[in-house]
Amino acid sequence: MAGQAVGHSGWGRRAAILIPYLWLIAFFLAPFLIVLKISISTTAIAQPPYTPVWDSMGAALTHLATPNLGNYSFLFDDPLYIDSYLNSLKVAGLSTLIALLIGYPMAYGIARSSRNWRGALLTLVILPFWTSFLIRVYAWVGILKTEGILNAFLLWTGVISEPLQIHFTPTAVYIGIVYSYLPFMILPLYSTLEKLDESLLEAAADLGARPFTTFWRVTLPLSMPGIAAGCFLVFIPAVGEFVIPELLGGSSTQMIGRTLWNEFFQNRDWPLASSVAVLLLMVLVVPIMIFQRYARREGTG
Amino acid sequence: MRRGPGLFLKGAMALGFAFLYAPILILMLYSFNASKLVTVWGGFSTRWYVELWSNTALLDAAWVSATVAATASTLATVLGVMAGYSLARVPRFLGRTLFSGMVLAPLVMPEVITGLSLLLAFISVSMDRGFVTIVIAHATFSMCYVAIVIQARLAGFDQSVEEAAEDLGARPATVFRRITLPLIMPGVISGWLLSFTLSLDDLVIASFTSGPGSTTLPMKIFSSVRLGVTPEINAIATILIGLVAMGTIFWSLALKRAEANRLRAAQ
Repeated sequence: MAGQAVGHSGWGRRAAILIPYLWLIAFFLAPFLIVLKISISTTAIAQPPYTPVWDSMGAALTHLATPNLGNYSFLFDDPLYIDSYLNSLKVAGLSTLIALLIGYPMAYGIARSSRNWRGALLTLVILPFWTSFLIRVYAWVGILKTEGILNAFLLWTGVISEPLQIHFTPTAVYIGIVYSYLPFMILPLYSTLEKLDESLLEAAADLGARPFTTFWRVTLPLSMPGIAAGCFLVFIPAVGEFVIPELLGGSSTQMIGRTLWNEFFQNRDWPLASSVAVLLLMVLVVPIMIFQRYARREGTG
Repeated sequence: MRRGPGLFLKGAMALGFAFLYAPILILMLYSFNASKLVTVWGGFSTRWYVELWSNTALLDAAWVSATVAATASTLATVLGVMAGYSLARVPRFLGRTLFSGMVLAPLVMPEVITGLSLLLAFISVSMDRGFVTIVIAHATFSMCYVAIVIQARLAGFDQSVEEAAEDLGARPATVFRRITLPLIMPGVISGWLLSFTLSLDDLVIASFTSGPGSTTLPMKIFSSVRLGVTPEINAIATILIGLVAMGTIFWSLALKRAEANRLRAAQ
C-alpha cells in the first residue's frame, strides 16, 4: 500500500509514511465514515442512543442497500435546520467581508512599513493567535453585556442614556467572529502585498495614474491570491463556529455548529446530529476543495 | 525605494491593533479589580489570584489540561514530523494524494464535526472516554499543523546535503539524525509549542471526547462563563495569556538569535 515508496527507500522511510498514514485513516477518515453510517440509522432510546448499524458486515451491507434517509428528510422539513444553515452562511460571509475591509489596510500598512517595524507588527498580529480563543471570546462578554464596560463607558460620557443591548444579538456574533479571525485574514494578505513589485506602482504613477487608480487597477488585482486565501481562512471555520454564537449570540443567532451541539448534547439525537454534520460538510466541501487546490499550488509554486 | 505607509494606512493600523488588543488588556486589568462587579473599579487587588488557589475544581482541570497538552503535543510532533518529511522528501508513493488531503483537511474541518466523528468512532469500538481519547483527538488535529510546518521548512532546504551524505555512505537513519533533524529542529520546536497551545485551548473537541473525571480547563471555564463573568476567570485567563506571551516572546527571540548566528557563520 502506502509503504511502497519509490526510490532507494529503507524501512525507516516506509515507516515515516505508513505510521502517520494509518493514524489519519484510523482517527480521521474512519470516524467520518462512521458518522456517515450513523446518519442513516434510526434513533433509539438505548445507550448509545442509536440502533447500531455496525453489528456485522452483513447487517451493514443490507443497510447500505436500504439506507434510512429519514434524518435527512427531517432536516429539510423542519425550517430550524434550513434557517440555521442559511444563517451560518450569511453570518460567515458578512463577517469575512468585514474582516477583509479591516484587514486589508492593516496588511498593506504593515507591508509598507520599514523592515524593523514589520517584524514587530507581524508579531503583534500573530500573538493573539497564540492566546486562548475561548478567553478572547470571553473578554467580549465582559465588554458587551448590558451592565458591561462598553455600556458603562457610553453612559458615563453621556452618548447614550439607556444601556445598549448588544450581548446576545447578532451584532455581538459579528464582532466576535471578525475579532477572532482577523489575524487569519491579515497574514495571507500581508504575504502577497509584501511581494508586490514596487516598480509597477511607480510605473503607473509615472504614466499619470492617480493613487486611487493605481490601487484599484494594479495593487488590488495583484493581491487577489491573498484576498482569496484570507477569505477562505475566515469563512470556512466561521460557518461551523460554535463558541462565538453560543457565548455572544445566545438564542438570537442560530448557527449550524450550535444546532449540531444542541442536537447532540441536549436532545441526545445522535443520528440527527450526524446528518447535520454530513450536510455541514457538504456545504463546506466546495470552498474546502478550492482552498486545498490553492494551498497545494502555493506549496509547490 | 519602498514608500512608508501614509496617514490613512497608519490610522487603520492603529485602530486595527487597538481592536485586537483592547479586549485582552481590559480583561487583564479587571483581574486586579477588588470589586466583584465588572463595571465598578474597587481598587487594585490580587484577591482573585489568591482565591484561585483554593478553587480545587479549577486547579484539577488545569492539571488535566496540562498533562493532556504535553502528551498530545509530543505524539503530534512525532507523527507530524514523519508526515511532513514524507510529503516533502518522498515525491511519489501510492495514495499520496489521499495522504496530503488528509493532512490538510483537519485544518479546515469544523471542530464540531471532528469532535462528533471521533466520539462516535470511540463508541463504536467501545473505548472508554477520558484522558486517552482526548489525547488521541488532540494529537490527530495537531499533527497536521506540525506536518505543514515541517514540510514548509524542508521545502526551503535543498536536498543536496542529504544526498551528499548518502553518497558518502551514510545510512538513511544516520542522514536523518545528523542532517535532516538539525535542519528542521526550529520547526520541530515551533510545531510542539503550537500543538501544546492548540490542545490547551480546545473546548469543542475535548467536550465531545472527554469522559467523567477528565474535565479540561477550557471546559471548566466554558461552564462558568455560561453562568456569567467572574473575576476568578479573569485571573486564570490573565495567567494563561501571560504564560503564552512569555513563551512566544522567548521563543521568537531564541529563533532570531539562532538565525543571526547562522548568517554570521555563513559569512
